Amino acid sequence: MTSELVLQGVVGGLLMGLVYALIAAGLSLIFGLMEIVNFAHGEMLMLAMFASFWTWALWGLDPLLSLPLTAGLLAALGWATYRGLVRFILDAPMLAQIFATFGLAVFLRSGAQALWGADFHLVKAPLVEGRLVAGGVFVGLPQLVASGGALLAFGLLYLFITRTETGLALQATAQDRQAASLMGIDTQRMFALGWAVGGACVGVAGGLLTTFFYVFPEVGAPFALLAYVAVALGGFGNVPATLAGGVVVGLVEVLGGLLFDPSLKLIGVFGLYLVVVLWRPQGLFGRF
Amino acid sequence: MARGRLALGVALLAAALLFPAFVTLPYPRDVLIRIFLFATLAQAWNILAGYCGQISLGHAIFFGTGAYTSGVFVARDVASPWAAMLVGALLAVVLSQVVGAPVFRLRGHYFAIATIAVGEIVHILAVNWDFIGAARGLYIPIKRPDSLVNFQFHQSKAVYYYIVLGLLLLGLGVTRLIERSRLGYYFRAVREEQDAAASLGVPVARTKRVAFAISAALTAACGTFYAQYLLFIDPESVLPLSLSILICLVAVLGGVGTLWGPLVGAVVLIPLGEVTRIYLGGTGKALDLVIYGALIMIVSVVQPAGLVGIARRFRRAA
Amino acid sequence: MSLLEIAGVTKRFGGLVANRDVSFTVAPGELVGVIGPNGAGKSTLFDVVTGFQRPDAGTVHLDGEDITRRRPDEISRRGVARTFQKLRPFTGMTALENVMVGAFQKTSHVADARDIARRALASVGLGDKADAHAQGLSTGQRKRLELARALATAPRLLLLDEVTGGVDQATVPGLIRLVRDLHAGGLALVVIEHNMRVIMEISQRIVALQLGQVIADAPPADIVRDRRVIDAYLGESWRA
Repeated sequence: MTSELVLQGVVGGLLMGLVYALIAAGLSLIFGLMEIVNFAHGEMLMLAMFASFWTWALWGLDPLLSLPLTAGLLAALGWATYRGLVRFILDAPMLAQIFATFGLAVFLRSGAQALWGADFHLVKAPLVEGRLVAGGVFVGLPQLVASGGALLAFGLLYLFITRTETGLALQATAQDRQAASLMGIDTQRMFALGWAVGGACVGVAGGLLTTFFYVFPEVGAPFALLAYVAVALGGFGNVPATLAGGVVVGLVEVLGGLLFDPSLKLIGVFGLYLVVVLWRPQGLFGRF
Repeated sequence: MARGRLALGVALLAAALLFPAFVTLPYPRDVLIRIFLFATLAQAWNILAGYCGQISLGHAIFFGTGAYTSGVFVARDVASPWAAMLVGALLAVVLSQVVGAPVFRLRGHYFAIATIAVGEIVHILAVNWDFIGAARGLYIPIKRPDSLVNFQFHQSKAVYYYIVLGLLLLGLGVTRLIERSRLGYYFRAVREEQDAAASLGVPVARTKRVAFAISAALTAACGTFYAQYLLFIDPESVLPLSLSILICLVAVLGGVGTLWGPLVGAVVLIPLGEVTRIYLGGTGKALDLVIYGALIMIVSVVQPAGLVGIARRFRRAA
Repeated sequence: MSLLEIAGVTKRFGGLVANRDVSFTVAPGELVGVIGPNGAGKSTLFDVVTGFQRPDAGTVHLDGEDITRRRPDEISRRGVARTFQKLRPFTGMTALENVMVGAFQKTSHVADARDIARRALASVGLGDKADAHAQGLSTGQRKRLELARALATAPRLLLLDEVTGGVDQATVPGLIRLVRDLHAGGLALVVIEHNMRVIMEISQRIVALQLGQVIADAPPADIVRDRRVIDAYLGESWRA
């Protein structure tokens, strides 16, 4: 194995890792707020990708330009998911909690397939294309833009939850629902907001991915699986740490493929999940 | 009341037993075989998840264990598929204990996602394992003549029907037995409140292991049946995450933690898939799942005990 | 010989010391009260004794046997039962089924367990609630249910975490009578209780904890005169 190959892998893993981190951030935020895992997270990502694909196919709008639209749409979907489904199962048995969002995942995925078929779609002639060569390492420009965009969105999310009053109220709700509600915070609103923000995160991630990734009904699930691992690494509910979690997942995925066989690369990632939750259920970075 | 129910049960069983004698068309029989197969799989899952509260989302690994054991046994002439059913079940039990030992320390969502991770790891390994045919899959050579020993019946597939009906009855019988024994109470106590159960002397870890072992063995037996029935298996048909999920969904729709829930779920779901496929063609394959997903959401919100729970509620109201 | 012997138990959570070098004993048939302000380490001590927490130092002996590193179910099978401060009924099961789980410790037959459970329910005054779902019971009834569940294991030692906490005033006397009856029947009890009048009345001995340490271990009459207990816990009103 040459050092260029490794370097190439590291750069690629890092770039993808930032996108994973953004997907995982929404998941972690929702879990931190109400201890519910959104098993439809991957399908929300898939819908975001279809949304940006169709705005391109129908109106010729590049996925990068339609980002605000995609983010808004997914925020609305997240909000609707909370209002229409999740709020009824907040205190339900674990089984109902898991299968409510599981049912949603099945519904969205097969719905997409029924509506648009199982075919793969790709945005042709995107705004940004081509690649960059630096020090013997090739970097696809769409990938570079996507990870830059993901990092930017992550930064905005971080500023939102740590610097704005609403964000602080979100954090307070996550830490202690009852205390927050005694302080006059409308926790129902915070929960809905959490889902909307989580939706917006996958909306942005989906839009960015569409610039270089195939769009099809099953596209979301593998991303969601990687996001679960990233969330576990960061510690369920610890949003800032998912940045590190996502990057680690991206690196492990690529390096696993280099060290072993590319078809085995995900074993490293899932193995990592098992090791982390068994050894440190609170995640590598923290707060539980 | 009790007598009426018994009569209904006997009538249903008689109808099930006589069905192949009256209906010799292959298609309806095939649908029933799949209903029984999924009812048994869902029952196996129900024992672990519904009664004992350990929500496994990776049950396909046990199905695959049973399927591949018989595939390898027959393809390499090791022994009869019946021996494979036993060995497969045994291997599944071993696998469940190996997986369970660390994973049972996790609770709730952590456990569920860990079982997905294990399921995916096994799936990927199978895709890359040449001995069992890797991604190409494994053809089970046709053996003639038809015989019970060979577990292959090409003249009349009715025998498959009776074998899977036997598996279903086994699943129902085992569940009934559990419900009416100390083990069943322990399962439910562990599901409801682990610490309280431990404080009353319930050996929590061992109880979970027993549930996992029973569930895995029954699932593996179904896997062996599937391999012998279709005579071709590959990782995409016996090990995918989507199979694990389908198993859970059948049970959840029918009613988890109930004796009849898994059968009810399979009776509703499998034909639903058939009907939409017949009337809507290719896209119908997805449309049945659209309806299914919606039903699962509704069931989760309205009545976690599924269709059986809803029926009970009506009966109580009536 | 003492039934329960706690010797030098220390339990830390990160930087917080929940129990620091706690030692005391309980004789067979004795009723010991444990008092202390919130955060004094009372419930942690119960968790250590019943195997839910491993102490960082020290030992717990039951009837001379070291049970320090035993699992909760093993300790339960050796005759130590407990209730939890935060009630933990099996909500999806009926009251009878709840209690049967405990009863199965002495029998593996469902019919026998049912008999034991019925008796235990009757003994706590819930005989008529056998078929009610645990979900539908009031807090007071749930306390009794939890007690019945523990009693169905036929313990030698019963640890009660907050007998009267969260229960309406009207049901307090009934619960107290129940505890007294159990004690009169020869059962050894360790009782955590916030209601000072209650604990003074029923205990033969009182152990006072503060910041994880034992600051007094004496009969009730002496406890109320103990300088440190008064300063730490009882406050002015008791300085008569």
